[in-house]
Amino acid sequence: MARIIVDEKVCKGCGMCVHACPLKIIALDKTRLNAKGYHPAQLVEPDKCVGCASCATMCPDTAITVER
Amino acid sequence: MAIVFQKPSTLTDAPMHYCPGCTHGIVHRLVAQAIEELGVEGKTVGVASVGCSVMCYDYFSCDMVQAPHGRAQAVATGLKRARPENVIFTYQGDGDLAAIGTAETVHAATRGENITVIFINNAIYGMTGGQMAPTSLPGQVTQTTPYGRDTNTAGYPVRVCEMLSTLDGVALAQRVTVDCVKNVNIARKAIKKAFQNQIEGKGYSIVEVLSTCPTNWGMSPVEALKWLNENMIPYYPLGVYKDVEEGVKK
Repeated sequence: MARIIVDEKVCKGCGMCVHACPLKIIALDKTRLNAKGYHPAQLVEPDKCVGCASCATMCPDTAITVER
Repeated sequence: MAIVFQKPSTLTDAPMHYCPGCTHGIVHRLVAQAIEELGVEGKTVGVASVGCSVMCYDYFSCDMVQAPHGRAQAVATGLKRARPENVIFTYQGDGDLAAIGTAETVHAATRGENITVIFINNAIYGMTGGQMAPTSLPGQVTQTTPYGRDTNTAGYPVRVCEMLSTLDGVALAQRVTVDCVKNVNIARKAIKKAFQNQIEGKGYSIVEVLSTCPTNWGMSPVEALKWLNENMIPYYPLGVYKDVEEGVKK
């Protein structure tokens, strides 16, 4: 059981977490914009997350907290 | 569930002004993690350069000084000599360290100043809009080399780690990158070691981090990571160029 928490205020939608995720279960939410006008990243298949923290390691804005 | 990854306490909550996908943010975090892990937050003073990282004093929670363009290591020398018990690091880009600040860099290194230097090499001038830097690759298209960098007129890129590794005052010269998780972890260890060297009084330590500039390279952040991997790493090979501890000298 693991999960990531994305700080949507800080996320700039760069997509580096999407690219880094080995399970490909993160995607930018194209239906929403944050206050800065970016599409924030979100976990699309929460059950599959193993908490490897690859996304958080590659996030330039340290917007991701990982729990495991 | 326990938290296994969170923002280090040594970074402030200020949102970074860097463009989306800029690897400055990753390197900021690695520096902050090193300071946190070594427990030296209260006595660390950083020296910011001129360039995109000019406002990094907003992001590190330790004391920061903003140096004139290129002079970060001269300022750091003064800080370290006045307060040798403090941990002093500089955070400089290629336009600052390898262009206007080359003299300060080479002389701080050859004097063996006991400081830590974090050098961001993204092969372009980021803040001013993407002009050619001394580290731009041959053939690289920039604002001032629209037909690609012509080595007949613009010369060749400066390889800072190779150059400084020939100097006796240097304790550690290592080139790393942050293009993937594996390389970020290597960079994290290198940056921590550069701080550890200073605490142990070993002397001048420089870590060169190959970084991206998606905006001025004209690519998406993920394409920029790929470009870095395919073009910069062959020209700027990763590795340890000098390490007094291990006796490495390439």
